[in-house]
Amino acid sequence: MVQAIVFLPLLGAILAGLISVFGAHGRNPSGDTVEHHDDAHGDAHASAAHDDHGGDDPGHDDHHVSEPAAAGSRAAELITTGLLMISAVLSWMVLVDVGFMHHDGRIPLYPWINSGDLQVAWSLRVDTLTAVMLVVVNTISSLVHLYSIGYMDEDPYRPRFFAYLSLFTFAMLMLVTADNLVQLFFGWEGVGLMSYLLIGFWYQKPSANAAAIKAFVVNRIGDFGFLLGIFSVFMLMKSIDFETIFAGAPGLSGKTIDFFGWHADALTLTCLLLFMGAMGKSAQFLLHTWLPDAMEGPTPVSALIHAATMVTAGVFMVARLSPLFELAPTAQAVVMFFGATTAFFAATVGLVQNDIKRIVAYSTCSQLGYMFVAMGAGAYSVGMFHLFTHAFFKALLFLGSGSVIYAMHHEQDIRMMGGLWRKIPYTFAVMCVGTLALTGFPMFAGYFSKDAIIESAYASHNPFAFYGFLMTVVAALLTSFYSWRLIFKTFFGEPHDQEHYEAAHEAPLWMLIPIGVLAAGSILSGFPFKELFAGHGVEEFFRESVKMNPHIIEDMHHIPEAVAYLPTVMMAIGAYISYVFYIRRPYLPVELARQQPLLYQFLLNKWYFDELYELIFVRPAKRIGYQLWKKGDGYIIDGFGPDGVSARVLDITRNVVKIQTGYLYHYAFAMLIGVAGLITWFLFGLGGQ
Amino acid sequence: MTIGLGHYLSVGAILFTLGILGIFLNRKNIIVILMSIELILLAVNINLVAFSAFLGDIVGQVYALLVLTVAAAEAAIGLAVLVVYFRNRGSIAVEDVNLMKG
Repeated sequence: MVQAIVFLPLLGAILAGLISVFGAHGRNPSGDTVEHHDDAHGDAHASAAHDDHGGDDPGHDDHHVSEPAAAGSRAAELITTGLLMISAVLSWMVLVDVGFMHHDGRIPLYPWINSGDLQVAWSLRVDTLTAVMLVVVNTISSLVHLYSIGYMDEDPYRPRFFAYLSLFTFAMLMLVTADNLVQLFFGWEGVGLMSYLLIGFWYQKPSANAAAIKAFVVNRIGDFGFLLGIFSVFMLMKSIDFETIFAGAPGLSGKTIDFFGWHADALTLTCLLLFMGAMGKSAQFLLHTWLPDAMEGPTPVSALIHAATMVTAGVFMVARLSPLFELAPTAQAVVMFFGATTAFFAATVGLVQNDIKRIVAYSTCSQLGYMFVAMGAGAYSVGMFHLFTHAFFKALLFLGSGSVIYAMHHEQDIRMMGGLWRKIPYTFAVMCVGTLALTGFPMFAGYFSKDAIIESAYASHNPFAFYGFLMTVVAALLTSFYSWRLIFKTFFGEPHDQEHYEAAHEAPLWMLIPIGVLAAGSILSGFPFKELFAGHGVEEFFRESVKMNPHIIEDMHHIPEAVAYLPTVMMAIGAYISYVFYIRRPYLPVELARQQPLLYQFLLNKWYFDELYELIFVRPAKRIGYQLWKKGDGYIIDGFGPDGVSARVLDITRNVVKIQTGYLYHYAFAMLIGVAGLITWFLFGLGGQ
Repeated sequence: MTIGLGHYLSVGAILFTLGILGIFLNRKNIIVILMSIELILLAVNINLVAFSAFLGDIVGQVYALLVLTVAAAEAAIGLAVLVVYFRNRGSIAVEDVNLMKG
């Protein structure tokens, strides 16, 4: 059953990929006109894009694609979506089977690497943690597939898109079912690659390409740490198998390893390196810059990869390696510090953004910070709870935003919207559900998970516990403010773009069904699962799959009453301020921005992180690259390397050629000299003896 | 003063050198080159005959006659080539004969 769950998406990806390849071939059989063809239609493709033109390049959206879709596009859509639906249903069955019937299992598939101490096998590990992830990944992925059928219906390259989506799902499933660090890394890189391909799906758009490259490069920094972490695990325990690592981890406490002359505690260092990988993938503070830019991709991609699944891979990894992190309190402190900082930082930036997708992206970043706060507190199941609920309501918010963008003809700037609730009431309703869930309105999903995280931060004994608590509480207020700001500016007030407003219409049914299901999930994924993830059912439900801090759940239930209500109060305050700012007195935010230009610019420019990195890393790197190109490659390698040698040979021959005059007497003279030389040598030289 | 082997060899060497110089210093005409080659061959012949007489070995003189025969044949072929060349190119000046290069 698990094999089916994991490999059905791969099958779908292969079939859709074949359709895509043959479709492209059928459209362009000779293949040698590709260049020309792309040039001619480049603009048209770019604007087949359903969204994402920011405010800076308007006027692109009215082109229409002259090119027909590849043959079999509909087949590719139906195959991949159908297979994903089957996977999703099976995943829920596995969750019941594993979570409640306790049928954990490890299914070996094939041996992979067998070299000395290094034994790696493909195998599927199924425990509650995996089962939860299977459910999240497959449910969201199948809904996103369904949504994409509607959303991408004008794009001529749909088979490729669906092949990528399914392949992404496969890579993600390999990641969550991994039984060793190498397989985890395989999935990790697989999702990174698919993220790159999907962000850059509209590859004719330079901004999409740049965003794809940025995402890949920033992730590479995290992956570097992750790899070092895997290496150090192997060095310490001679194994990368989860069972062996977890069994051997307690024996390592107190051991140190040398790291650039620094005698570091072995487990702490390993966990920090592994967490570096998680920071990259989950867009934590300092490595977060790629996530907002990744919004250049199609909106379903943002919902699937950059909200619900891939970015939570880091959280999953920390939860999976909880037996290691539990033994490294310093690493946990770092995890909580970064989580709390991210939660607060991303929320502040989200306050002033104007692009509807970027607001949701920063919100995602912030919520990922929440999850890491729970990880740092040792409440891994609580973090997983938020991952679980967040997947539903954030995917909902993204797909809802996609629906708004679709309705507004690719307009993404919320300043240009307004009053839309009359035009698209269904989207408005589901967006409201998503926002209520995100802000933690009582009885919605986010209420249970977010409050549990804040409680766990308060109850934990982490050195950064109070910092984590404070930041998450403040972030709860900010979250509520910017989420309602999005709703108010988009759906209420006066329309700012009359033309688009008049033409706004509800999306097709393909798109409405998935967001309806997600809206239901945003309500239902909370309360029924509360006890299992954050209550007394945790031990029964998760058992061996995560190693919780033994006291955290108990402590969470004994925190002061006031603390428990604090997040809800914050949520209400945030919503009220937002209401005052954007409904009652719309001149207030403008006034505030004018009074505090420094702060406003600071937030609007995302704390100047992009500029800072540009200054510290990008420009020097470019300069070094330029020097290496001009001096290293152009001067040294081309001057003295192969090119240089061949140039010198040419020089010499060019001069030698001049000797060959064609005059007989020159040749004869040379012969004579040669003969004379030979004779002399034979008479007086070595030859004479 | 008796005329010994050394004198004969000196004459041969002088003739040989003249032949060589005739080839190199000649800037005029290919016939001079042919004549120079004849001179070189004659120098060789003088050497052969001189050594033959000096050593009392008749083989040297036989060989000299062979060389003469070959030289005659070579001169005939050379002249023939020359005539054909002149017909084709209209010149036998050495400066014009420089097609043998890459």
